[in-house]
Amino acid sequence: MGLEGFEVEVQQVGKPGLETEEMTLNMGPQHPSTHGVLRFVIKADGEVMREAIPDVGYLHRSIEKISEKVGYHGFMPYTDRVDYVAAMFCNQGWGMVCEKLGGIEVPKRGEYCRVIAAELNRISSHLIAVGCMILDIGAMTPFFHAFREREKINDLLEELCGARLTYNYMRIGGVAWDLPPNYAEKVLAFLDQFEPLLDEYNDLITYNKIYVERLANVAVVPAEVAINYNLVGPNLRGSGVQYDVRRDEPYSVYPELEFDIPVGKGEVGTVGDCFDRYIVRMREMKESARILRQCMKQIPDGPVIAKVPRKFKPPAGDAYVRVESARGDMGWYVVSDGSEFPYRTKIRTGSFSAMSIIDWMSRGLMIADLVAVISSLDVIAPEVDR
Amino acid sequence: MDAAVIHECLKARFEARVVDCDLKAKDPFIVIEPTAIVDVCRFLRDEPDLRFDSLSNQSGVDYKAKGIIQIVYHLYSYPHRHKIVLKVDAPRDDPKVPTVEGVWKAANWLEREIYDLLGVTFEGHSDLRRLLMPEDWIGHPLRKDFVEPEEYHGINTRRESPLR
Repeated sequence: MGLEGFEVEVQQVGKPGLETEEMTLNMGPQHPSTHGVLRFVIKADGEVMREAIPDVGYLHRSIEKISEKVGYHGFMPYTDRVDYVAAMFCNQGWGMVCEKLGGIEVPKRGEYCRVIAAELNRISSHLIAVGCMILDIGAMTPFFHAFREREKINDLLEELCGARLTYNYMRIGGVAWDLPPNYAEKVLAFLDQFEPLLDEYNDLITYNKIYVERLANVAVVPAEVAINYNLVGPNLRGSGVQYDVRRDEPYSVYPELEFDIPVGKGEVGTVGDCFDRYIVRMREMKESARILRQCMKQIPDGPVIAKVPRKFKPPAGDAYVRVESARGDMGWYVVSDGSEFPYRTKIRTGSFSAMSIIDWMSRGLMIADLVAVISSLDVIAPEVDR
Repeated sequence: MDAAVIHECLKARFEARVVDCDLKAKDPFIVIEPTAIVDVCRFLRDEPDLRFDSLSNQSGVDYKAKGIIQIVYHLYSYPHRHKIVLKVDAPRDDPKVPTVEGVWKAANWLEREIYDLLGVTFEGHSDLRRLLMPEDWIGHPLRKDFVEPEEYHGINTRRESPLR
C-alpha cells in the first residue's frame, strides 16, 4: 500500500554520482554534556569529525585580575569559584602559594585538616566526574547512586565549614576552623558505608558491555602526547604515566600517608583510552578513602592556624606551587611587589590543558564519541576560563 | 639536577644569550635573551641529562615601571623529576617573543591566553587568536594601565559600590 500524494521525489544532482562536502556543526554553548558553558565548532564528514575546535571564555570572570584588587586574604573566597566542583584544592593552592611567598609554616593539625577536607572533596568531585560521564554515555541510574553519596560528603563538608560548594575553609597559614566534635566517627562511618558501594558501582556499570564498548579504544592518548600537551592528574595517569604531585613533589603531610597511584593499564582496550581515564578515577576514590582513614588515626592535637598578620605583606618576589587537585596538577604562580595586594596571579588548571588537547583527540572520531571524550577528560568549564 | 648545574649547562652552550640568573630565589630562575628562547627550550627538552618534556606553566607579567613584559616558563621533567624557571623580557610597547609551540604543544593555548590578556605577540604561532575575551574586545585587561571600557555592546559596565 502506498501513500498517495506523499511520494518522495528523488533529487537529481547536477553531476553524476554522490557529492560530498564537509559539514560545519555547532555544539553548545548550552549543551547537557559540556559541563558548563562551552562551545565546539565541529567540522564533520558525515559522522566522522575532521576537527572539533573548542571555543571557551563564556565563563571568564577575570579572577586573576580580581586578585590584584582584593589583597591576599580577600582573594580566598574567589578561589572557590575557580573550580567550584573541587573548591578545596583551589583554597589549598592559594594558601600554599602565599605561605611560600611569606615563609609561613602551617601547624601540623592544620595540615591534617586541609588533607581531610581535600580528600573528601576529591571523592565528591570524582563522583561527579564518573556519574556525569555515565549519564553522558546514556545510563541514568548510576548517576543517582553517585549523587546520593556525594550529598553525604556535602553534609560532612557543610558541618566542617558551613558551605556545601564554595567552602572558603582554608586561610593563609592554616584552616578557619578545627574539626567539629565527633567528626572522625562521622567520616569513618561514611567511609565504612561508601567503600563497599564502589564495588556496587563496578557491578552496576563499570564492566557493563555497552558501557565498555563505548569507551574502550576510543580517543587513545599515548603517554608522550599527554606529556607534550601537559595533561595532568587522572588524565595523565590514564595514559599510563605513574605521576602524582602528592607523591612526587610532596607537599603538606602527604609524605606521612600511605597510598597507591592507580594508572591506566588498557584492561579492556589500549592504554590511554576513555575507559582508562574513567577507571583511574574509580580507583582513586578508594585511595582517598585510605588516606582519610590514616588521617583520622594520625591527626595530632594543637593549633590549626599559624599567626599571620591581618595586613599580609609578603616580601617582593615570585613563587610557584603545584597542588594535586581532583583534575590534576594545578599550578599557582604569584608575583609579589611587597605590598598587601598580589602584583600578578596566574592559575594553570588541569581542565585548561585537557581542553587544549580535545582538538587533537577528536580528529577521526565519530561525533557521538565527542561526548565520551569531554566527560572522560573531566573538563570543568569555569576552571578553563577562570 | 639542581638549578646551578642546569645554569652551567646553558651557560656553556649559549654563552652570552643566557643573560642573568637568580639561583637563590624561591624558585631559581634563568633569564634568556628573547631571540634564543626556542633554541634554549629545544636544548632543554632534547638533552638526555635534562629532558624537560613538559611545559608546566607559562605566564606573562606586566612590569610597567621597568617598561617590560616578562614571560615566565615553568618547566618540569617527568623522567628526571627536576624543574627550572626561564624568564624572557620583552619591551612593553611592542612585545614580541618567538613561540615555543613547536617544542611543547601545551604552549599553544598558554600563549593564546597571554596574547589575549597581555598583548604579547608570539612570532610563528599557528593560531594566535583571543582565547578568553570576546573577539572584538579592545585592549588587554591584565596590562597595568588597562582602563575598563565604559560600555560593551550597549551594556554599561559601571556599578555603584553597594558599600558606599
